[in-house]
Amino acid sequence: MRKLFSGDKIYRGILYASAFFLIVLLFGFFITFIFESSESLSKFGFGFITGTQWDPIDSQFGALPFLIGTLITSFLALIISFPLSLMIAVFLSEYFHKGFFHNIIKTAVELLAGIPSIVFGFWGLFVLVPVIRDFQTAIGIEAYGVGIFSSAIVLSIMIIPYTASISREVITMVPSDVKEAAYSLGATKYEVIRRIILPYSGSGIFAGALLALGRALGETMAVTMIIGNSNIMPTSIFSPGNTMASVIANEFTEATDSTYLSALIEIGLLLFIVTAFINLIGKYIIKKTARFS
Amino acid sequence: MNNEINNNIEVISNQNFDVDYFKEKKINFRIFKDKFFKYSTIAGALFISLLLAYILFYIARQGISSINWNFLTELPKPPGEIGGGVANAIVGTLIMILLASIIAIPVSIAIGVYLSEDKQTKLSYWVRTGLEILQGMPSISIGIVVYVWVVLQMGSFSGLSGGIALAIMMLPVIAKSTEETLKMVPYSLKEASMALGVPYYKTILKVVLPSGLSGILTGILIAVARIAGETAPLLFTSFGNPFMSADVMKPMNSLPLVIFNYASSPYKEWHNLAWGASFLLVLIILILNITAKIISRKWKIKF
Amino acid sequence: MENQVLNIENFSFYYGDSQALKDINLSINKNRVTAIMGPSGCGKTTLIRAINRMHELTENTRTEGSIKLYDENIYELDPIIVRRRIGMVFQKPNPFPTMNIYDNVIAGYNLNGIKLKKSEKDIIVEESLRKSALWGEVKDNLYKKGTFLSGGQQQRLCIARALAMKPEILLLDEPTSALDPKATAHIEELISELKNYVTMLIVTHNMGQAARISNDAVFLYLGELIEHGKTKKLFTTPQDKRTEEYLTGKFG
Repeated sequence: MRKLFSGDKIYRGILYASAFFLIVLLFGFFITFIFESSESLSKFGFGFITGTQWDPIDSQFGALPFLIGTLITSFLALIISFPLSLMIAVFLSEYFHKGFFHNIIKTAVELLAGIPSIVFGFWGLFVLVPVIRDFQTAIGIEAYGVGIFSSAIVLSIMIIPYTASISREVITMVPSDVKEAAYSLGATKYEVIRRIILPYSGSGIFAGALLALGRALGETMAVTMIIGNSNIMPTSIFSPGNTMASVIANEFTEATDSTYLSALIEIGLLLFIVTAFINLIGKYIIKKTARFS
Repeated sequence: MNNEINNNIEVISNQNFDVDYFKEKKINFRIFKDKFFKYSTIAGALFISLLLAYILFYIARQGISSINWNFLTELPKPPGEIGGGVANAIVGTLIMILLASIIAIPVSIAIGVYLSEDKQTKLSYWVRTGLEILQGMPSISIGIVVYVWVVLQMGSFSGLSGGIALAIMMLPVIAKSTEETLKMVPYSLKEASMALGVPYYKTILKVVLPSGLSGILTGILIAVARIAGETAPLLFTSFGNPFMSADVMKPMNSLPLVIFNYASSPYKEWHNLAWGASFLLVLIILILNITAKIISRKWKIKF
Repeated sequence: MENQVLNIENFSFYYGDSQALKDINLSINKNRVTAIMGPSGCGKTTLIRAINRMHELTENTRTEGSIKLYDENIYELDPIIVRRRIGMVFQKPNPFPTMNIYDNVIAGYNLNGIKLKKSEKDIIVEESLRKSALWGEVKDNLYKKGTFLSGGQQQRLCIARALAMKPEILLLDEPTSALDPKATAHIEELISELKNYVTMLIVTHNMGQAARISNDAVFLYLGELIEHGKTKKLFTTPQDKRTEEYLTGKFG
């Protein structure tokens, strides 16, 4: 038993206070979102997420175009980035698990994670968008350049580090004696990866993809700069559009009347709930995977 | 036992047949598939590194020519005029990072210490969950909340509100790395200090925390690197300001905001300033990350 | 001579610059159990891992000389063929954790992309499990995960998995070192039975085990093959002084 000095009491007090502070902070976030979006919540109800009209002048707020825009850009980004992320993970854990090439690729992925969203957006706007515009001209569709497709490509580059690093971690956790058993039966490296390693680390890789998806859903600046900021329902993956995050970024400071602001905050609330949910599931799966091995 | 095994084998051996696997033609195909997979993996990894190299090179090439003494010391000029700089944004970024650090570091270290003390209580479970939610939270959501909490109350955009938004983003990073670091400090170290009659809180403050210093410092640097380029939470908190201002109660400019505002403008000169700011920002983040890495490697506590 | 399954000729093995095996010459006869003994670090495991080229999974290794399976030099074949013809059982039981018992036994075929009818698979699974004396214990739980079995059962499952490929040689790398005495006895018994079907090489640091189950014995010391002969002879009248010292417990 340790004797409690008064200093110890203060020490415990401070620790408890900061722990409670965090809980209160998050609770405050949630309350604030609900409270500030209450006007929009009560006015539009469920129609808010099914409505396709976003018309601030007429005070009509339906967020479906942004929900659709968010889902398409995020999933498209995930589909593009997933194979590349997995390749990097396999490269780092199975083909070059140390040495010169390992360090180069590992550093590259870390650097990629460090580049700010805004810089990706700027680069995308000046380098990628013209390329996409040429491509659109070449295949004979309206050449916006900006739009959902361009955003998805930039997003896909940005989220590679998330899936890649988590996948690498779970692949490294596959016990080497299990891999050896497969080799001893005459399997090639590809067959070992495909039939032993991937099934073993599948749930962890899935979690990595989920966390990357969470990132993509909430990603703001790069998308805002590239997506074209159009509030009508996208008609193809090349259309300009808006995501939940980008419409907030674009219109928040212009929102003068309270319904408008409240509608934007409701979008923020949706985004908050969806990303929190996705993150918790992802983290839960990773924790379970770590315990399993 | 022996007999049992023998009998079993004899019974079944009558049904024995040979799988003709030596004459299998597929073996070459399998080897081809193995090679193909290997080389596509290498190609994929190479592609990403080349892409990154290209992006970095592009930013450096566009940005480096804009960076000169004027860029660092002058204020932006109206469109059409040559020259000008982003001194106000550099100052603003530094002030807000400093502000965010002052707010976030004590609280998040305390949270990290708490988590390393109470490993499995109800409260620590919720605190961990809270940190996870906060870590994955879109930065724009944090901007909204700080707008409501601070900007609306003060009646004005301000550097202070920007600093608070960034502080909230730093919190989970530092708290997590503090917890992880302290977990690695061996219990015997605590015991040694306690055995000398040192009160528990002093043991933590004077023995445990200092021995985990490099880990905590690494966490702080990574957190600063994370917020240095953040734009979304500043859009409606610090807002931006074309003039030099060190007053945290007034709107304040920052490098990411400069990039956002100038990149979407039609003026070539402003684009150049934005490239310069991008390069500067990437450079700062790079240096922060490398420093963090060196610290965590060189000063790694070995027990 | 035609009885010889494996011929190791002038075989040397290097990890980087350090030589782990020095000029080994050894021939293994069909349907016999050969025990490889020696103090730890003498190269026992290195030798058997070189026989099915498992060492190639570790970087920076190099071999000299040849190992012939019948007439073919295994270093001129593709490793995946070598490993299919020379099975291996490891120190620690390592069933595939993601697969059930049935899939574990048939894993070699699935991994190698060999398509079999369900009825063919059933026969192979049953036969292999009977050979490894596990059939009676698991026949009602074939679709349960192999990781729920006891250590000894898991090891027999791994033996069944190796036997399913109908290997010409089975390499066992201290297969009982992670098992309790009862499970060890069970495996030893099994090995004595199996020699009618497959030629076996077993690495062991347990001299009693070597004496109980092997026909021939090899003594390795510091990467050199010191002595090779009938187990009985090697144990009773060792030719080399180092063998004798080892057998009387002087190396520990």
